Parts: sequence; C-alpha cells; structure tokens
Amino acid sequence: MNAAAIYAVEGVLLVSITSDITDTDIIDLQEALSKRIADTECRGVVVDISALEIVDTFVGRVLAQLTSVARLLDAETYVVGMRPAVAMTLVELGMYLPENHTALTLSHALDKMRQSGLVDGLRRG
Amino acid sequence: MVFDEADRVATIELEKDRDVVRARSRVADAMKACGSSDLMQTRFVTAVSEVVRNALTHAGGGTLAIYAMPGQRQVGIECRDAGRGIADIDAAMVDGFTTRRGSMGRGLGGAKRLSKAFAIESSSENGTTVRMIGACSLR
Repeated sequence: MNAAAIYAVEGVLLVSITSDITDTDIIDLQEALSKRIADTECRGVVVDISALEIVDTFVGRVLAQLTSVARLLDAETYVVGMRPAVAMTLVELGMYLPENHTALTLSHALDKMRQSGLVDGLRRG
Repeated sequence: MVFDEADRVATIELEKDRDVVRARSRVADAMKACGSSDLMQTRFVTAVSEVVRNALTHAGGGTLAIYAMPGQRQVGIECRDAGRGIADIDAAMVDGFTTRRGSMGRGLGGAKRLSKAFAIESSSENGTTVRMIGACSLR
C-alpha cells in the first residue's frame, strides 16, 4: 500500500495518509492497521490527515470505524493534522467525529498519550 | 440550472474509485483558477466528492463535467449517471437517509449545504443528474 503507511514511533503506531488515497486504499488501511495493533500490542494510534485536502462523509465514517476497531483492540486513536477548512466543512456536514480524539499535531497527541499512559508499551497483563 | 454560458474545462468518466480522486483534484484546480479561498474550495470539493461517489456506488459509474464561470467567480459541475434513479428524492436529501448499512446518509443533504446552488433530477429511465455551483468567495 503506498497511499498510506504505518510506522511504529515511540511505542505508538503512526498512520500517514496521502492526499490521493482512494476508498479502496482506506479500507485496506483499516485491515492492515488492525493487524498491526494486535501484532505490536500498541495502545495508541495516531492518524495524520494533514495531507488530506478534504474529508467527506465516507472518509469521516472510515476514521470513526478505525477508531472503534482500535478501541476494541484496547488502543486509543488520535486524529492529527486536520486543516481548519476541513474542520469547518465537517461541522457543516454534521460530522463531529465523536469517536475520535483529535490533536493539532503528532507531538501534541504524543503528549496527551503520555499523560494517559498509552505511550511506550505500557500494556501489561 | 444550465451551464450554456460557461466553459467546460474538464470531463471525467467515473469508472473506478481512482476517478473520484481525479474528479476532486480537477475541481480543486478549477476553484484555484478562479482565486478561491481555501475554505470555499474545501467546501465545494467535498460536495463534489459526495455526489461523484454516489454515482459510482449507486449507479456503477457516470460522467462528471466541470465548468468554469470566470466572470462570476464560480465553478459548476454536472454529474450524470445512468443508474436506476432515486425513488424518493426528498427523503434522500434528508440527513440520516441511507439505503446502505453503515452509511450515515449525510452525503446529498451535505452536498446541498456546501454548494451555492444545487439541483437534482432523477428517474428510473434516465438515471440521476446532479448540478451544483460552488462560489469561490462568500462575497
């Protein structure tokens, strides 16, 4: 998959999405990400959408699903890098992404995750 | 809504999901060419993405024509498909209406809110045609 890449950074999975991602790519991403969460036992996921010029109802719905699947696997998801115009458009669409945590940037998301103990492999059982 | 006086700047055959990406990109180019603000471009490209995806998922494909209206600083689109049509357009425009599980049904109503003008025609014989105008600035 080249429209999205998953990197392990500081014990969380960073998902970077490119501007030309297709509907099929984003569904593939959902599957690949779920596997990586289970394999790496990570507890935090950061989805970087700064390259996305728009988020429509389909992409919004997939982001919500991605978060719900991650949560069932005991990982929290932060969406970062949303453009201001995208935020305004999503609100007009009536999509508030209540399932997702958001943070302005990756480092803000990592800070928040550190505070809640999700960073650096704190999963112990 | 007719685009007789407008220049057709692009025609895109909608056959696979890659074409939705192309459609968005060409509409964004047309908006940029008329000096659109970032917000107005994002709003209209999002609206176009909704109707173009509808043509693909509900009718199996269609054609998107993009029109420049430089004098008015507006961009127009016409998205035409040859599907079965929408049985109840009024119902389909309401947020929450969907024929698919998992969909949120905000697409058509959302597209109307995000565009300056919106018109839809649909019949079981001729499929569905959506025409929209996006303004490049609020003033």
